[in-house]
Amino acid sequence: MTILPSTTSPDRRPFGLVGLLPWLFAAVVVGYAMVVGGYAATVVSFALIYAVFVTGLNLFMGFAAQVSFGQNAFAAIGGYLSAVLTASHGWPPLPAMLLGIAAAVLVAAIVGFPTLRLKGHYLAMGTLAIGLITYEITVEWQSVTQGYMGISGIPPIGIGPYEVTSDRGQLILLSLVVAACAFAAARIRRSRFGRALSAVAGSEEAATALGIEVARYKLLAFLLSAGFAALAGSLFVHVVGFVSPEVFGLHMVIVTFTMLYVGGIGTVAGPLVGALIVSLLPETFRAFKDYQDLAYGAVLIVLLIYAPRGLASLFSPRGRS
Amino acid sequence: MTRLRLEGVTRRFGGLVAVDDVSFEVPADGVTAVIGPNGAGKTTLFNLISGFLPPSAGRILFEGKDITGRPPAQIAAGGLVRTFQLVKLFEDLSVLDNVKVGCHLQGKAGLFSALLRPASARREEQAVEARSRELLAFAGLAAMADEPASALPYGRQRMLELARAMAAGPRLILLDEPAAGLNTEESAALSRIIRRIAADGTSVLLIEHDMTLVMNTADRVVVVDFGRKIAQGTPGEVRADPAVIAAYLGTGKSSANEPATQEAPHG
Repeated sequence: MTILPSTTSPDRRPFGLVGLLPWLFAAVVVGYAMVVGGYAATVVSFALIYAVFVTGLNLFMGFAAQVSFGQNAFAAIGGYLSAVLTASHGWPPLPAMLLGIAAAVLVAAIVGFPTLRLKGHYLAMGTLAIGLITYEITVEWQSVTQGYMGISGIPPIGIGPYEVTSDRGQLILLSLVVAACAFAAARIRRSRFGRALSAVAGSEEAATALGIEVARYKLLAFLLSAGFAALAGSLFVHVVGFVSPEVFGLHMVIVTFTMLYVGGIGTVAGPLVGALIVSLLPETFRAFKDYQDLAYGAVLIVLLIYAPRGLASLFSPRGRS
Repeated sequence: MTRLRLEGVTRRFGGLVAVDDVSFEVPADGVTAVIGPNGAGKTTLFNLISGFLPPSAGRILFEGKDITGRPPAQIAAGGLVRTFQLVKLFEDLSVLDNVKVGCHLQGKAGLFSALLRPASARREEQAVEARSRELLAFAGLAAMADEPASALPYGRQRMLELARAMAAGPRLILLDEPAAGLNTEESAALSRIIRRIAADGTSVLLIEHDMTLVMNTADRVVVVDFGRKIAQGTPGEVRADPAVIAAYLGTGKSSANEPATQEAPHG
């Protein structure tokens, strides 16, 4: 007789079948895009890339309850390093990607160390500045970034002669990356590290009194978040084959915040659900023509009224408090 | 053995001296209480001991080591853990997870353990789970382990905060008005729990207004008024001390009445 593994421990029970619904929804959407291909595949691919970014944003803003308006800076660092190293210097994509992530985490450490001692809106202002400065650099440093012209001819992701070029191949690859990211987030959530982040989110004073080094955990969450952002930025340039400053501009901050709140801040499935919904909604309202934005805005408002903690929170018991 | 020793600890806020040259010792065994009227500087004293505020002067020694001005997380890691007058629970977490956070100092697992979950991390997690459930049972909260902390009634929240602080494995625990807002029955239960904590070898230092709790629970009492230590002794000795009676009841000699007598000519 085999002994049951400890996966039946009581703290896992809340994730019943209902908890699987957000994942099922995502699987259906990705499956549909794979069958239909073409434009639908492109929209869903972008949504999956956003999901990687928002999963990282969620670690910092959801798990640790901090605010950053500047994560787009790290996506830009990852994306541009990948673009410049592969298109201009002939590097293979994977090492370029890894270096991009490492560079973004390093910059996050240099920036985060002083900034994370700020609280509330000071931190938000500080991070907003990081995003704006990075944007200006991508515009002005023309010898490397080619300014508004952007960099084209970026090769797709691949190892040696094997390149992922088809819509379906990209969807599969991106789905795997998103699944890995969600898995990481879920594991972090139920660990000593994740509990320390929740404690920082709940009460910094109480966390400190229990021996948790608040500044250290904030910084670690910020670095992780930057790493996810850089990965997303790098994936984007390799999938699209082109990058320009607008890709990582303020628009990205607004879209990803919307995704995080619509999907469910602090949940594991929320970033993916939010990224898919916010990417697909405008498309489904194309028939409304001139009223497309109006319909989109109205749906967002309704969502935030009836699911103020996000769509994913509807499927987890604790979200309904 | 002396667990904690205060030497001339002083804290000024601008012109106000909240804690004025206070010295006393907390022995390793039993329960020591700090009492005094509202605004006597008790909570400030706790903030100084736990590192949440640096003292303006004086030294604080924990088990003989100088911890004056150390960061609070480091002091907690050293074995000196506090609770708060206003409960500060992690409201979005379950009752059980609150205590698990309290176990933070008992573990080592970091980010990579979280992601890769090696055998050592799984063992650590099992130990945390077991210890947390044990502490919940101790605090009478076992049946509510999976409830969100915010759903507990107030009295239970105080018990949870106590269980969470004990999870950190302190050798000295500072309790800031643990009986505030509790009814007689809850207060009596708290008194028993505090005695058991002390009996199990953790020194207890508490601030309290509830005199019944202090008289039933404490082995030694330190009385402060206007930031100064005015008396020290067993509950019985302190209760009979004229200076203490004056501070609490306000006789003509009490400094609390001085402003009134000065104002009298204007009236």
